[in-house]
Amino acid sequence: MSVVLTIMGYGFREAVRRKVFAVVILLTAAFLVLFWLATHYVFSRLSTITPPADVQVDTRTFAGAFLLGLAMFATLFLGVVLAVFLTLGVVSGDAERGLLQPLVVRPVGRATLLLSRFLGAAVVCVVYVLAVYGIALAIIDLSGSWAPPSPLVPGLELAGGVVIVIALSILGSVFLSSTANGIAVFMLFGAGLTAGLLGTIGHALNSTTIEHASRDAAWALPFEALYQDGLRLISSNASGLTGFLLQLGPFGGAYVHGWGIRVWSAGYLCVALALALFLFQRRDL
Amino acid sequence: MPYPRHVPPALAVYALEKRYGAVHALKGVDLSVEEGELVGLLGPNGAGKSTLVKIAVGLVRATRGRAEVAGARAGSRAARAELGYLAELFRFPGWYTADEVLELHQRLAHSDGGAAERGRLLELVALDDARGRRVDGMSKGMQQRLGIAQALVGLPRVLVLDEPTSALDPAGRRVVRVLLEEMRDRGVSVLLNSHLLSEIELVCDRVAILRAGEVVAAGSPAELSRPRGVELETDEGTRTIEGAMRDDVPRLVAEAVAAGRRVYGVRVLTSTLEDTYLEAVGDEVS
Repeated sequence: MSVVLTIMGYGFREAVRRKVFAVVILLTAAFLVLFWLATHYVFSRLSTITPPADVQVDTRTFAGAFLLGLAMFATLFLGVVLAVFLTLGVVSGDAERGLLQPLVVRPVGRATLLLSRFLGAAVVCVVYVLAVYGIALAIIDLSGSWAPPSPLVPGLELAGGVVIVIALSILGSVFLSSTANGIAVFMLFGAGLTAGLLGTIGHALNSTTIEHASRDAAWALPFEALYQDGLRLISSNASGLTGFLLQLGPFGGAYVHGWGIRVWSAGYLCVALALALFLFQRRDL
Repeated sequence: MPYPRHVPPALAVYALEKRYGAVHALKGVDLSVEEGELVGLLGPNGAGKSTLVKIAVGLVRATRGRAEVAGARAGSRAARAELGYLAELFRFPGWYTADEVLELHQRLAHSDGGAAERGRLLELVALDDARGRRVDGMSKGMQQRLGIAQALVGLPRVLVLDEPTSALDPAGRRVVRVLLEEMRDRGVSVLLNSHLLSEIELVCDRVAILRAGEVVAAGSPAELSRPRGVELETDEGTRTIEGAMRDDVPRLVAEAVAAGRRVYGVRVLTSTLEDTYLEAVGDEVS
């Protein structure tokens, strides 16, 4: 256990020294300030929004869920940035620079080394995602007196999505150079988000083909599915036209959701890590 | 009377082969380092020395054959527990101090030597006054010496050093030479991969010369430094008697004196390790 903590600490110090945390904290602070301003103005002018008399829209729920969806997107994005920069060079990058070899020949073993680096990044990213998500929730609650029906699960699903990205980044680092791995993971992340938006478009156009494509992408890239499920949960009590409008927006709807995708995501994470370990054990350094 | 127990070599490779695609880096190499022995590995670039060393420490997988450390499969946990290794190209995080680097490796090597061990190792490599200095503030030679101290954490049974003096000045090389002799006195087995023939000749008990993935010469430096004859300086001038050896000197001098010659000097000629090396590797340039 002490060896695991030692390697986790090693990765943490490396991130501190490379100013990964400084950049992410700066970006997060900028985002939260802008988010607070936006939330403040939206809710302070909510009373001025007057939908037509025959349209039943709960403007507070609509604004709250929409803003929280926006915050969840930003949190996921920043969490992925942190995850990728913490792990993109764990194997190939460190091996190219000669940092890995002195550690690998120690009796700790390659599996312990890789899993410790994964755990270190996962702990940091989960704490980060939950903190930013929690602050966004607090801002919305304080500014607009609105909270989603089940606030905890969407946060955990966001964190779970980022943990899957960490596993993919570590897997990529076994056989890709740092730069190539960073590009690959960000492209996967972008592909997942695009597929999610495509599903929303398919839903609006009532196109089953587009919806199917989006659903397949969500199973292939479950971090996106977990994010979508989180979005679904924050607006699960919005019904009627309010719910429909939220589903049409960029932060609405989940076409793959529930326990099925959560269990699949856990299995996906285990397979990605097992594959990374298997390839790392066989890799010449 | 108890039967003598078979003690496996500290490090051994048997019929070791390694292919990198079409490149046959090692072609069935056999080599062993016995307990307390210091073995030098020589050869031009691309001869397979670093590949052999990397297989021995578990960084690279052999295509065929096997490598063992103290009887355990190379790369296994048991093998790694017996090893200290200095890689040819290595780096420590620049933000760690010398003391922190050693502390990190003490933890990974499960060494309970504490601050006393770290202090002793830093003193051994003449870095005792740089204990609190960050790695990125050290010269290349200091980092190299810190690398050697790191390899010695936990007092390993087998020490594998890949080009340990490549970045060192003559004074630094001397520190390493003294250290290697001390390790041998303590019974530590050492496999030393180096380009520096003089260094190998001075400290190694045995030498193996690799060329194109094969061992082309092996033996003690004395065995590899073969006699080349005797040089006799007389009033007639200097004459070389090919094939003569040290034992022939009294007879040769007596014969010369009996023939009325005045003898001014006698020199037994031996080929140096460098001659043997150049003979073994041919015209390959390192």
